[in-house]
Amino acid sequence: MFALSSCIQGGQQEESSSTSVLVRLFVLSCLSENQELRIMAAKPKLYYFDGRGRMESVRWLLAAAGVEYEEVLFQTAEDFKNLIKSGKLMYDQVPMVEMDGMSIVQTRAILKYIATKYNLYGKDLKERAIIDMYVEGMRDLNDMIMFFPFSLPEEKQKILNYILERATQRFFPVYEKALKDHGKNYLVGNQLSWADVQLLEVILMVEELKSDILSAFPKLQEFKARVIKLPRIQKFLQPGSPRKPPVDDASFEVSRKIYKIDKNFVLKHMS
Amino acid sequence: MAAKPKLYYFDGRGRMESVRWLLAAAGVEFEEVLLETAEELQNLIKGGKLMYEQLPMVEIDGMMMVQTRAILRYIAGKYNLYGKDLKEQVLIDMYVEGMRDLYDIIMLSPLSLPEDKEKNFSFISEKATQRFFPVYEKALKDHGKNYLVGNQLSWADIHLLELILMVEECKSDALSAFPKLQEFKARVSKLPRIQKFLQPGSPRRPPMDEASLEAAKKIFKFEKGLLLKYSSTILAEF
Repeated sequence: MFALSSCIQGGQQEESSSTSVLVRLFVLSCLSENQELRIMAAKPKLYYFDGRGRMESVRWLLAAAGVEYEEVLFQTAEDFKNLIKSGKLMYDQVPMVEMDGMSIVQTRAILKYIATKYNLYGKDLKERAIIDMYVEGMRDLNDMIMFFPFSLPEEKQKILNYILERATQRFFPVYEKALKDHGKNYLVGNQLSWADVQLLEVILMVEELKSDILSAFPKLQEFKARVIKLPRIQKFLQPGSPRKPPVDDASFEVSRKIYKIDKNFVLKHMS
Repeated sequence: MAAKPKLYYFDGRGRMESVRWLLAAAGVEFEEVLLETAEELQNLIKGGKLMYEQLPMVEIDGMMMVQTRAILRYIAGKYNLYGKDLKEQVLIDMYVEGMRDLYDIIMLSPLSLPEDKEKNFSFISEKATQRFFPVYEKALKDHGKNYLVGNQLSWADIHLLELILMVEECKSDALSAFPKLQEFKARVSKLPRIQKFLQPGSPRRPPMDEASLEAAKKIFKFEKGLLLKYSSTILAEF
């Protein structure tokens, strides 16, 4: 502690930026190896079920930001109950991400934090506002898809039609138009943002329901092809990445039994 | 001088009420365009003013903003109600997102079937007193400050007061087990801009009653059960 404070004191008279870099390096060198490792190597830790759910958007965003992370995936109802008992969940809900000394809950809070920290949230308040309008719409569509496995067999076709209709009538036209109007490669501010990552995620998920869903959206097709090629996105789309597969009926039944999942469970424990 | 923000909605609380609260707390005067018919909504849509063909919409700083959270974040950011740094922001976000979960349940409850109303009320009361209020009570108790985050008024405080008052409309003694929240409520209610908003004649709307529910139904199409956030409640296609 004493060594650290004398390091900081030494740098206080200087103002220029190159000197402040030197000061920072000097301070870092005063830290013990352990402290340095702890500060620089603490990966975010994601706590969730072994599936997409609400955590998938977080996996995407961290991947796009080039941030490595660990996952704690529940295997039994006990695992989840123990986490609740630990008091780490503000509202007894997951997703939860341990990051920078905090246990962050609420998907939107998590995503906003990551987007801001890793410069994926636009350059000013107005760009943020546009990004927010885009991602909030995408979340609505995301939610429909997420809840789809819970629908009763007799409702499934109707709900599927509804999802596809919403995608092609309400949501995709908005993003198609945005890309067409400004002619840039990304949705907002001519640089990659949370909105682009979320859009790609949503496009791929809807394509899993109907593979030619982008047929009427040439700009979105170009967008998809372009963003998919970004190295970090490519990496996330490889087998073996943290990306989770879509829900299939068999694994859903297994999960349902383990956790006694029904709609109420989702509403109670997932936000 | 900048134009006043213009709020487009129907004449009721719904999702716009939080926006009215936040602008009031920020001391920002605003105008309202209150829709009365489905045709008026269609005209707005045809005019290309609604990104997802949905309300709320707020014209502010040259933008036609939609999506309640986007609107609220912009106002909070602009008027210094979003904490002083990223860590305070994420704490505010965690608080308000939890509050919005409870808020949605309350907001949608007038749309539930009459036979479910009693069940809904106890559900609301239970969620408020078991899941949400304890979190904010503890936060206030632990740091002993007057506001939830960073020792200054933020969006989280405004939203909490709004929520407390709404829960109390369902159950008047909802705060009986929460002394810190009682103090908080008394204290924040006394702030001049909040006082002003709580006076008759302010833009604040009353709770939804039969008449305003009918008015809302005229404008919005209600789809039962499809998006199923809450069992047996009806989701409005706002």
